[in-house]
Amino acid sequence: MEREAVAVIAGNAEGLALVLSQSLSFWGGIDVATGRIIDANHPDRGETVTGRILVMPSGRGSSSSSSVLAEAIRRKTAPAGIILARTDAILAVGAIVADMLYAVRMPLVVGDTEGLVSDLPTEIRDVGASCCVIRQDARTGGDR
Amino acid sequence: MLDGEKGAAAGMAMAMLVRFCAALGAEKLLDITRAHIDGCLYHGQAGLDFVDRLVALGGKVHVPTTLNVGSIDLIHPELMRVKREDEDPMRRLMSAHLALGCAPTFTCAPYQTRFRPRFGEQIAWGESNAIVFANSVIGARTNRYGDFIDLCCALTGRAPAWGLHLEANRRGQILYEFVGLSASRAASDSLYVAVGLLIGEKSGDHVPVIKGLPPPRDEDQLKALGAAAASAGSVAMFHAVGITPEAATVGEAFGGRKPDQTITISEADLAQALARLSKVPDGSPISAVSLGTPHFSLDEWRRLIPLLRRLRPQRDIPIYVNTGRDTLSELDRSGELAESRGFGVRPVADTCTYVTAILKEIEGVVMTNSGKWAHYAPGNIGVTVAFGELEDCVRSAAIGRVTRGA
Repeated sequence: MEREAVAVIAGNAEGLALVLSQSLSFWGGIDVATGRIIDANHPDRGETVTGRILVMPSGRGSSSSSSVLAEAIRRKTAPAGIILARTDAILAVGAIVADMLYAVRMPLVVGDTEGLVSDLPTEIRDVGASCCVIRQDARTGGDR
Repeated sequence: MLDGEKGAAAGMAMAMLVRFCAALGAEKLLDITRAHIDGCLYHGQAGLDFVDRLVALGGKVHVPTTLNVGSIDLIHPELMRVKREDEDPMRRLMSAHLALGCAPTFTCAPYQTRFRPRFGEQIAWGESNAIVFANSVIGARTNRYGDFIDLCCALTGRAPAWGLHLEANRRGQILYEFVGLSASRAASDSLYVAVGLLIGEKSGDHVPVIKGLPPPRDEDQLKALGAAAASAGSVAMFHAVGITPEAATVGEAFGGRKPDQTITISEADLAQALARLSKVPDGSPISAVSLGTPHFSLDEWRRLIPLLRRLRPQRDIPIYVNTGRDTLSELDRSGELAESRGFGVRPVADTCTYVTAILKEIEGVVMTNSGKWAHYAPGNIGVTVAFGELEDCVRSAAIGRVTRGA
């Protein structure tokens, strides 16, 4: 499947998708040292976001999530890219700061997340003009 | 400014603001008169790298700028249970902000300082309770700013022209009405906490309008309401009809439109909201009391001190009071601080007991009169909370057990 999305932070990334049914607050929600989800109330507690294409409805909670995302990008424990159904200024700030300070560009795109499935190889590709293409391969086996 | 004519740091801050505007869909910037920076809590190296970069580029704030709490109490370092090597970056983050020209207020209640904005001022404030207070109680105008962006606004004196900076977005959306409010509830501080929790849970990021709120004794009750609302939800502004400055009437609060939704608040709703804050029954032993989230005002101190004199807590149960350093100096000059210490009061400045390691080794129950503290402390520092009125907290410290409504 291939579809277009609005690039909040344009860039290229690929990894296995991690689709969360609930938005995750990075502050208090992930362990920045390991990338693991630690929010006791989150249904995907225990999963690791590192290197994944993180898919969720939006951001959530404290503005300190900007700092935590920037720090995760610095430590290389962050997702490879983030796809949101609704835009989130707090996560955008974290990604912009990491790009400016460390020249690490973690793409953050907003688009239709319907039908994206966890654990399938997923790609975000910059096609210019604030637009990215999301591509998810439906193949099974292999990496799983 | 982007090309560095106001200096390289302002150029970097402007570049970030431009990218932020693009992410939001804001088309232009507006001038601001003040900023309040919530960047002094240490969340990792990235936050320090950002401020250090601005300092290295010679950055200075462009408007009067206050600082929110940091990770350590610089006035009472003996309270901190942090390893030396962990403390170093926390201190450096606080001092790097001073190098940018921010005022060393280190308070979550900048509206209690001489930097308080006036009605109608466009400002860029971080810290959720301060944002609600500025918009709702003062009628100044700010969005929910936070990490990094608040500092970019301070360095440039500009903010994106969107959200609550604009008149049209300040109109109320959801109407809250009381049914059967008892006289005893109406006279309590906890009414304001409970209302805050309820509107926070039910309003999302919409603007709530409260009709029939009993006139508050002072602005500290509205402070508690806003802080609870911003903890339980994403409320950045509320109107209280006949009380807050943009809501003389229901019609004004809604800008002449009809509410999208009307929600009633019953006595039972209020009681349940408060009950959820307490995890232990009356009579449970307590280990400490924590007051002053948001920071205790001078008025609150002057309500606490007579209670201390009357109830005389002396059981070695510490009563932590988070407060601004300027408020503390005032109490020190009058001798009231020394007297309070005699009753077990341990003042905490520059930080707050739920974001630091002050209470880290405390086992057991901590009692508070703050809805915000009760909401966050269990997750942040792993304590068990009992919620009560200010007088309940002091009496419980004197007796050593949770005692309410005596």
